[in-house]
Amino acid sequence: MTLRTDPVTINFGPHHPSTHGVFQMRITADGEVITNLEPVMGYLHRGCEKLSEGRTYTQVVPLTDRLDYLSPMSNNVACVQAAERLGDIPVPERAEYIRVIMAELQRLANHCAMTGFLLNDLGTFFTPFHYTMREREKILDLFEMTCGTRVTVSYMRPGGVLQDLPEEFMPRLRALLDEMPHRIDDYETLITQNEIVLVRTKGVGVMSKELAIAAGCSGPMLRGSGVKWDIRKNDAYSIYDRFQFDIPVGTNGDVYDRYLVRIREMRQSVRILEQAYRDIPQGEVRTRLPLFFRLPSGEAYGRIEAPKGELGFYLVSDGGIAPYRMHVRSPSFINLGVLRDLTVGYTVADAVITLGSVDIVLGEVDR
Amino acid sequence: MTLLLNADEVAPRLRDRYPDAVLEAKGSSLLVRRERLVEVARFLRDTDGLDFDYPAMVTAVDRWDYFDVVYYLNSLTRNHSLYLKTRAYGRELPVVPSLVGVWRGCDFQEREVYDLMGIRFEGHPNLKRILLWEGFEGHPLRKDFIG
Amino acid sequence: MGLDTIGVTYPTVPVQISGQAGQQPGPGLAFASMEQLLAALELDKYEGQLVEELRLTRRDPIPDPSLWVIEEQVPVGFAEYAKNPVGNLVTWARRSSVWPLAFGLACCVFEMFSAALSRWDISRFGMEVFRASPRQADLMIVSGTVTWKMAPVVKQVYDQMCEPKWVISMGSCANSGGPWASGYSTVPGVNRIIPVDVYVPGCPPRPDALLYGILMLHAKMKKEANRKRLPSVHV
Repeated sequence: MTLRTDPVTINFGPHHPSTHGVFQMRITADGEVITNLEPVMGYLHRGCEKLSEGRTYTQVVPLTDRLDYLSPMSNNVACVQAAERLGDIPVPERAEYIRVIMAELQRLANHCAMTGFLLNDLGTFFTPFHYTMREREKILDLFEMTCGTRVTVSYMRPGGVLQDLPEEFMPRLRALLDEMPHRIDDYETLITQNEIVLVRTKGVGVMSKELAIAAGCSGPMLRGSGVKWDIRKNDAYSIYDRFQFDIPVGTNGDVYDRYLVRIREMRQSVRILEQAYRDIPQGEVRTRLPLFFRLPSGEAYGRIEAPKGELGFYLVSDGGIAPYRMHVRSPSFINLGVLRDLTVGYTVADAVITLGSVDIVLGEVDR
Repeated sequence: MTLLLNADEVAPRLRDRYPDAVLEAKGSSLLVRRERLVEVARFLRDTDGLDFDYPAMVTAVDRWDYFDVVYYLNSLTRNHSLYLKTRAYGRELPVVPSLVGVWRGCDFQEREVYDLMGIRFEGHPNLKRILLWEGFEGHPLRKDFIG
Repeated sequence: MGLDTIGVTYPTVPVQISGQAGQQPGPGLAFASMEQLLAALELDKYEGQLVEELRLTRRDPIPDPSLWVIEEQVPVGFAEYAKNPVGNLVTWARRSSVWPLAFGLACCVFEMFSAALSRWDISRFGMEVFRASPRQADLMIVSGTVTWKMAPVVKQVYDQMCEPKWVISMGSCANSGGPWASGYSTVPGVNRIIPVDVYVPGCPPRPDALLYGILMLHAKMKKEANRKRLPSVHV
């Protein structure tokens, strides 16, 4: 006797605690196994690109804070970098160092939060999250003393940064740098060889190298599959060519490898921060520009290695004070394109952690 | 550093193969005839020495008379990049061929361009709105949109 | 500014699904069969209808469900307790364990979570139990931008919560649309969709500000113990 089965459609989201925001997965499941998955997005589409067309280049920066709200500093860097490339605006040396410090601190903060969320998705509701967010709070304190806000920083300006670091910043950064390796050790002790984590994440959500490249994945998604591609090295922007650091890569391309890549990236970020702390010079932090400066007509694409992958800003100027067109190449949006390939054939519970390992932020996916 | 290829160097190789494909090669952007877009994309992906395997970005720019569809292509193996451009004419129904068959990564990005700019990608298997809802009137990133 | 008031008609490029039912769709993307693809499109259209319906009808803010709290703390003297002892006791119990809904929309959600961390420690107010299901929650903290596409969902989640229920609108976006208010897809204030008890300003508000908003809500609940609450369920 054969048992007749029907496929079940499950609507995950948009309000669901493990979708990392307002994201919907329409899952068709045969029993426990996923046969089809359709990502549905746009629940946080706020029209950032259209709004930027009516603002000056400096006024665009606050909009970018709210794209990837887990790493606003990186967004700011990417945005102003595109404007600087278009207008050949020089950036003072000290400002470049400050940008590197801020971007790497942001990477630490983002990966802390992401590790907490991944464990949240694995079922330990909020306990590891408290540990990882503890370090994030310390980094946010540094941001707050620099620019006054914790999340929406708006710190970068075309031609430098808003203002110099306060006096007490450097000692606090030193304290954080001394502490951070031990905290990363803590995470590794608790998570990396944890049997439950290994069973749940190894061999789940496997992505091949070829698929990762053809689908345009970037960041830890790409490196987790074994492609050694990091824009800080391969397309060295700012002053990243002066720093010694390695690019961690995975081998299997599963959820566990992506987690490992992120943890190792945190160690490399600490390494970069140590060098930046050692070498940062004194001097100006901002090139003086007029309040409403014009950029020559043309186009420029500025991209950085944001914590989630390649974050690019494509600016088209017609010679005015506002961008003619601004397009944001957001890493999580394009990384989501492979979600169906990563989840079909696995169980519904695996889809949750696969989504957790993609590390999306909906403000950036929907823009 | 990623080398931004000069379009003048790529254009002759393309002209050998597809004489009518290249309309303009200026700076690092290669403007091609839209009827030939898929062939050119395949050529750029498969030709030895070019190897554009990584579609970094797809977007469109409204120029009033026409729409510029911009593909920013990368090669991870050779570490160089190029802007591939094509034009779609008409405000009612601008059409360009879809490159989903060439690079998987164009899937969501072409849907986004369709959604916000209203350019139809011929041959895309699932071309529907991705960010806005079905029933939204118009395409917001067009310059004549008032909302 | 609605589209119909301007009198401009926009061209909308038609949806194109290459292929017919029964055929394999293009190079193996979102769907296994054409039927699934068309079914998903039907679902999208239905969702779009709900969105458009809300967008055309919800032009004005819903009046706030209860009175504004003018004083910072509302003192309740012995005389008032004696008048309504059961009501005051129930309100005290409710006030001491308001369970919030884990409802994150945008940037503000991280400040909401931060309020739950040990540094700000929302459990001092008996609120550490963030519930994922609206049926178990008393308080909805609308933390972030509400877009028109999300509006039917916000309304549905609100409708699923049991009475008595309260809403805190957290951050400029939920209060008034914030920096996106002039955009084409943002609801200019969540009070178009659901009635709001407390508005917390800031972009995003610090966790301290959210905690202050919660204290204001407590004060409001205290005040309501001796007054009739306006019905919060709306249309």
